[in-house]
Amino acid sequence: MMRVGLLVTHIRAEEKALIAAFEAAGVQPDVILDRDVNIDLNAGAGQIAPSGYAWSDYGLIVERCVSTSRGLYLLAVFATWGIPTVNDYQTAAVCADKVRTTLALAEQGIAQPQTRLAFTPDSAIEAIEAVGYPAVLKPATGSWGRLLARVNDRESAEAIIEHRQTLGDYNHHTYYVQAYVAKPQRDIRAFVVGDQTVCAIYRHAEHWITNTARGGSASNCAVTPELDAICRSAARAVGGGVLAVDLLETPAGDLLVNEINHTMEFRNSSAPTGVDIAQVAVAYMLEQMRVIA
Amino acid sequence: MITNQTANCPECDATLNIPADAMQNELIACADCGAELEIISLDPIELDLAPEVEEDWGE
Repeated sequence: MMRVGLLVTHIRAEEKALIAAFEAAGVQPDVILDRDVNIDLNAGAGQIAPSGYAWSDYGLIVERCVSTSRGLYLLAVFATWGIPTVNDYQTAAVCADKVRTTLALAEQGIAQPQTRLAFTPDSAIEAIEAVGYPAVLKPATGSWGRLLARVNDRESAEAIIEHRQTLGDYNHHTYYVQAYVAKPQRDIRAFVVGDQTVCAIYRHAEHWITNTARGGSASNCAVTPELDAICRSAARAVGGGVLAVDLLETPAGDLLVNEINHTMEFRNSSAPTGVDIAQVAVAYMLEQMRVIA
Repeated sequence: MITNQTANCPECDATLNIPADAMQNELIACADCGAELEIISLDPIELDLAPEVEEDWGE
């Protein structure tokens, strides 16, 4: 019997729900803390994991690290060793990097905000003014709405860029610039599992940043054929798996894909949608393990 | 699994009720001071301050 590992930084509501769903499916996953990992990169999957089992005993490892860097490095290790993971390394690497996500979506012609990339203060100003004010500056890697800046005018742009150049490390000298979308005080988060949009929520907020991690509230959003189509296309564009697709509604009512999350949080979403997201995700994960085996 | 145990917050010393379905390494919040705590041991119950959020944390 192949084992299932749940790789975590710590146990949050989502991981607890996933463990319960695995147990309901008759599988007891081994919880593996990323802080306990100490891998010999020159040795193979036969070495012992913190669980006491060999890594090669795992037929599936579910990556749920809140630490993006730890999760990505470990997914790279498991991909090299041929251990199946959800999500897989390629999908996670694209989703963890907004530049790569934008490129993947653009390659498939999926609607998204106008986005530019620049690396110096002067070219960043040019990029911002090319999309027009207000613009949005985002770290290329990051989450939970951290360090997003709505740039309303030239003076704001110069100040934010100077701060990023002076106070930020090299990651903050990559300027990912998007056109601001005048959304209706809400955005949409849709949950895509495999090739199915299982449910979606509106995230409401008075603030222009609508992340529930920043206090936005959730309500059910009907999965229309239009929403379903763009979400499934977006998920396929980044490699597919268990994903949360965040979308913006334009004033004209069109949908734009804003970002895609590969270790999605869903604690606030099962209640308003009535969908047991953990159960659906675990069913997909176990099916992947069966298919690969 | 444990049932209806209590422990003291390492930050403010308030008494916390530990949920019956608590798990090792689960995050909980202190209702008194708001500190985010991690259950580092279930038997006996041991709490520690949760790690500070790092820049690469997220979804």
